[in-house]
Amino acid sequence: MSISLSNISKSYKKVKAVQDISFDVNPGELFGLIGPDGAGKTTIFRILTTLLISDEGTATVAGFDVVKDYKAIRKAVGYMPGRFSLYQDLTVEENLAFFATIFGTTIEENYDLIEDIYVQIEPFKNRRAGKLSGGMKQKLALCCALIHKPKVLFLDEPTTGVDPVSRKEFWEMLKRLQKKGITILVSTPYMDEAALCDRIALIQGGKILKIDTPEAIVSQFPKTIYNVGAVNMYKLIQSLQQYEHVYSVFPFGEFVHYTDKRDLFEISDLQSYLEKEGLTAIHIESTKANIEDAFMELAR
Amino acid sequence: MKEENVIEVNQLTKTFGDFTAVNTISFEVKKGEIFGFLGANGAGKTTAMKMLIGISKPSSGQATVAGFDVYSQPENIKKNIGYMSQKFALYDDLTVKENITFFGGIYGLSKKKIKEKREELISELGLENISNKLVGSLPLGWKQKLSFSVSLLHEPKIVFLDEPTGGVDPITRRQFWEMIYKAADQGTTIFVTTHYMDEAEYCDRVSIMVEGKIEALDTPKKLKEQFKVDSMNDVFLKLARIPSPTLPKGKGKNTDCN
Repeated sequence: MSISLSNISKSYKKVKAVQDISFDVNPGELFGLIGPDGAGKTTIFRILTTLLISDEGTATVAGFDVVKDYKAIRKAVGYMPGRFSLYQDLTVEENLAFFATIFGTTIEENYDLIEDIYVQIEPFKNRRAGKLSGGMKQKLALCCALIHKPKVLFLDEPTTGVDPVSRKEFWEMLKRLQKKGITILVSTPYMDEAALCDRIALIQGGKILKIDTPEAIVSQFPKTIYNVGAVNMYKLIQSLQQYEHVYSVFPFGEFVHYTDKRDLFEISDLQSYLEKEGLTAIHIESTKANIEDAFMELAR
Repeated sequence: MKEENVIEVNQLTKTFGDFTAVNTISFEVKKGEIFGFLGANGAGKTTAMKMLIGISKPSSGQATVAGFDVYSQPENIKKNIGYMSQKFALYDDLTVKENITFFGGIYGLSKKKIKEKREELISELGLENISNKLVGSLPLGWKQKLSFSVSLLHEPKIVFLDEPTGGVDPITRRQFWEMIYKAADQGTTIFVTTHYMDEAEYCDRVSIMVEGKIEALDTPKKLKEQFKVDSMNDVFLKLARIPSPTLPKGKGKNTDCN
């Protein structure tokens, strides 16, 4: 196992940040921690990168114990924290050289690992890090986390606040790093990114809701979901919530995802109910569950 | 009545030196519409929005917001709009009640009206038990719902939401959108910026800015048809393209700064 957590708990005063967390990440795996703010994602990262000691449980990273062997872990892992934490007053090149020196290596020695990321920011190598755009800061931070050729890479919400183009590029970079044999643990509050991971843990309120491949999590969704659309979204949601057979109602973009309590559900029943409610241009069809549906069902 | 425009923008432009941040954009937003204002980092969204909320003077072009001119009547605009962003919303070290009272005062409501609104809002959000708690101690999702309600205190014609729901759990996020639908249903216009495309899917119409210009404007459904893709995310990727790494946009203009 590249990463292994066994019954990890951590509290800050009264707040139980994470409770009895256990999971394993295989060598070379791209594993996602998916959950909203306050789920405990950062606490898990800080325990695994030896910046925080858990109250209970044990964990290993790259075969080393997070408490006993903390020095060995620090050499073996790369960590990109959620908040931009490079030196704003150093240039792009100075930051990279600094991190290389700290780890007793040089930019040249591991250049092949960062090359296809670094070339994108190299034209600005003399610019101070604080003056980079969001997407470029993120690329520089990734280079700095990689410069000592870590076995395991920890990325805490690398795509939060980043536009869709930069997000897409970032995930493509992760896939390439994975091919080079690096194990990656990445967290994100954005459920659509779950599909890009090999396996994911859905996490909320310090507890793991589910661990599996994204495909398996979606396929285990217990109910049939219907996309329901009509002209007035607000009235549609209200009417559906008041329907006697309703199980769940969640807006999903231009439609509402509706599930019914009954095993035998007739679209025409719902159609006539909504017509009676005065809705127009009603559209109902079954659809597939996605990760968000699964998350909300598990969090119920 | 239905077709009343609450925002009208015509050839609006803002330049900083020789850099054109917003380049002759034109659009209208109707009463009660949920209008999504999208674009990559540095595409000019923030600059455009600052002009619309009356805190930045345009270089050229015209715009009216809630019937007021952005050049000559910015103070009237400010009184008739609500604003909420994820970064700044409420005061963490004031209680729920205190925040409502404070913002009610800022918006110039009478004491009687503030009291009325405060009670209404607290009961609507189910915050009775925690109305004397500090806002800083509330979960993020509650803060955001409260913050949205506070932005509606003075019954503005338009609410500007600047990336409102980042990081919130999916259920709370949907409760938040239900509140938005409700406000829109009651005639409030919603102007929302985001770069999370699943939020774009909730909007009646969506505009996408690329390098200072509006490159697309339509319903999410029609945009998806037009670009022959299944999601707004793919629409965005097709439009915004992959930027050249040597050409950062907007704030990251190609000048060294030491």
